[in-house]
Amino acid sequence: MLTVFPLAFSALLFCLGVYGVLARRNAVLVLMSVEMMLAAVTINLVTFGALGATNGDVILTGQIFALFVLAVGAAEVGVGLAIILLLYRNRASVNIDDADLMRY
Amino acid sequence: MISDYAWLIPALPAVSAVLTLLFGKKMKGKGAEFGITALGLAFILAVLVAVEVFSANVQAVADLEEYHATHGAEDDHGDEAGHADEAEEAHADEVSLSSLDGIMVAAVGIENLNLAAEGGDAIEIPEGISSFLNEDSLSLGSLGADFEIEAGQRIDGLAAMMFLLVTFVSLMVHIYSTGYMKGEPRYTYYFTLLSLFTMSMLIMVIANNMLQLLVGWELVGVCSFLLIGFYWEGRSNQHAAQKAFLTTKFGDVGLMVGVVSLWAQFGTFNIGHMIDMATHGEQAGGAELSTGMLTFGLISLFIGAIGKSAQFPLQTWLPDAMAGPTPVSALIHAATMVTAGIFMVARIYPVYQLSPAALSVIAVIGAITLFSMGFLALVQDDIKRVLAYSTVSQLGYMVAALAFSYTAGIFHLFTHGFFKALLFLGSGSVIHAVHSNNMEDMGGLRKYMPVTFWTWIVGTLALAAVFPLSGFWSKDEVLAGAFTQMGYTGNLVWILGGLGGFVTAFYMARATTMTFFGTYRGKIDETHPAPHESPGSMKYPLILLSVLAALIGFINLPFDQFHPTGFAAWTMFSLEYFEGHPAHFYFSLAGGSTIAALLGLGLGYLMYREYKRPAEDPFNNLGLVTTVLQRKYFLDDLYSGLIMTTIRDRISPAVYWINDNVIDRVVYLAGTSTRAVGRGLYKTVDQKGIDGLVNGAGMGANWTGGLVKFAQSGNVQFYAGAMFIGVFVFAVLFAAAA
Repeated sequence: MLTVFPLAFSALLFCLGVYGVLARRNAVLVLMSVEMMLAAVTINLVTFGALGATNGDVILTGQIFALFVLAVGAAEVGVGLAIILLLYRNRASVNIDDADLMRY
Repeated sequence: MISDYAWLIPALPAVSAVLTLLFGKKMKGKGAEFGITALGLAFILAVLVAVEVFSANVQAVADLEEYHATHGAEDDHGDEAGHADEAEEAHADEVSLSSLDGIMVAAVGIENLNLAAEGGDAIEIPEGISSFLNEDSLSLGSLGADFEIEAGQRIDGLAAMMFLLVTFVSLMVHIYSTGYMKGEPRYTYYFTLLSLFTMSMLIMVIANNMLQLLVGWELVGVCSFLLIGFYWEGRSNQHAAQKAFLTTKFGDVGLMVGVVSLWAQFGTFNIGHMIDMATHGEQAGGAELSTGMLTFGLISLFIGAIGKSAQFPLQTWLPDAMAGPTPVSALIHAATMVTAGIFMVARIYPVYQLSPAALSVIAVIGAITLFSMGFLALVQDDIKRVLAYSTVSQLGYMVAALAFSYTAGIFHLFTHGFFKALLFLGSGSVIHAVHSNNMEDMGGLRKYMPVTFWTWIVGTLALAAVFPLSGFWSKDEVLAGAFTQMGYTGNLVWILGGLGGFVTAFYMARATTMTFFGTYRGKIDETHPAPHESPGSMKYPLILLSVLAALIGFINLPFDQFHPTGFAAWTMFSLEYFEGHPAHFYFSLAGGSTIAALLGLGLGYLMYREYKRPAEDPFNNLGLVTTVLQRKYFLDDLYSGLIMTTIRDRISPAVYWINDNVIDRVVYLAGTSTRAVGRGLYKTVDQKGIDGLVNGAGMGANWTGGLVKFAQSGNVQFYAGAMFIGVFVFAVLFAAAA
């Protein structure tokens, strides 16, 4: 099986995510970018899981792991959106440049 | 064993002192009942202890006698005969020889102690036969291996005898004082001090080690000071108290030096251990005793006794101590405290026997005191001062006796305690009746106060050593002890002692005649009622004491058949040192001293039958002699005049100048230079050096912090970017490495 496509796709998706995280100012979009990075990792897992199958024996470790990651991702979105919601209530803004209480 | 509870004897007056102080004023008897109850109980206990101790000692002598009667015949026959021969050679004029002569020879005097010390020829004392001893102590901690501080009891014949004397006289004085001190504003305080004194004296008597003895010794000194100054409103009374305290303190320096140097020799304060070592001639660690060091220590100890027991030349405080209440004079300055020095020497008597030099010093000091001080009583008009000088002189007899015989010394101590307490209480009764100490204001009191008169007569005859009252037996034993010993000191003591007996009888006859005979010289009118007999609380102690003063001598008759059961056996130091005798009885000596006493009494009565005012008194008209006697041999002038003024006017200013100009200068210099150095150090090292380092560290941290704080922008994306760059760099590096 040709694995270079899904891996290249995964790398592309991860880089998009990184860009989104670093460049976006909207907290929701930053969260979405984080999810994109997570999705890229999930694709990696599935790809390497499929690569491990030889001579017709299917090894499901990668796939099961992917399912766990999806579940964790869903929970993370829940937590993340809750934080953003509270941020918005306090600051009336979701611009993460405004959330700089930890500066010197 | 009842002697296990002997510690209660000092504890009872201690409790009563505290109770009297705390609750005395609220009680019906103003606190006197505490002291009387405690002393009564203590006296009963003392009697029980004495019965146990004395009977055990008598039993020990009997056992020893029996042992030698059965064993001596078989294996020690030659030895015994040898001893008997020696005895006959040494004491050819002895009245008779009993089976106990072997023991006597073993223990009489110095050369016999040497026998014991060499461990060779002394009489054999089998295992299992020993004199009574109950020693027990509580350790209060130690400084090093051989510096142990104990509180303990050492109950033997000597302690049991002192218990009897101290508790009995103290009880009598307590009872007497309820009458004598009636109406006194500081009544309760007085009884507190009496109990406190009794406790202190008993602590000293019960001591099993020199440190405890020293503590008791100093405590009685403090109580004596407080009681002499009891009427502290009078300036002269304050001075008398200070004089007594400081003079005895001067002697106490010697005592402390002595205690320490004995400790240096023996490595222990425990009296029992010291005596064991002395018996074997050892010092600490088993080396042989050094006689020189030992003599130094013993003479130093004796200097303490010179101060406390008012021996020449430190006796000057005792007559002045009469400023205190009269019952106090009876208890402290006649019967008990002043005998502390004699007790102390007797307590470690075997050690003293190792040093003939120290014993000679004791004999000479005692002889000087007993002879010279009697004369001073001749020019006194104060009845208490007559008795005071008599006390000094009698203390001289005891001290001199100790140089020759343990038994003679403490026997005289014992009898003197009773008859001198009687005389002082009698004089107190007189003073109570006429409100004056001065014999000029008395006279003819025989008719007004018969009980006081007759008890006083008993005391006078006992003091003058008239047969068969107690003083006769004890003084005879002193003289006989010295006479047996011969030698320079022995001859000195028995000759001076015999002559002193005449002087004693004479001044007592003088005082008695001036006080009780003739006609009353005080005023009798509405405001001054005629003198009357004292109340019962004062009368009955006098009667009790007079019975004892008359009869107590019979416990130690100097005839052979009484040896193993009498006073000498009761109070023996131990079988090894048992003297087995009240010396020896010499009819010539006893008869001579009795004649001297009767002569003195008769002459005194005849001379003073017609009252002579002080100006007419023959002893006040003897020119130089009178001056010498009235100035008390110039000792007071020497002390207060020469020594004190020299120190105050010459030595003190010089020392003060040195203090001011040399020592203080050095101290100031040290102070200012230290301050300058300190200031310099503060300015350079502290402010610049150390503070610079500390401040520099702070400022450096501040500066670097200012630089790197910009990394903390608070921008999450900046942090995330930095993290990604970091991960990327590491990833590249790992890739390159792989």
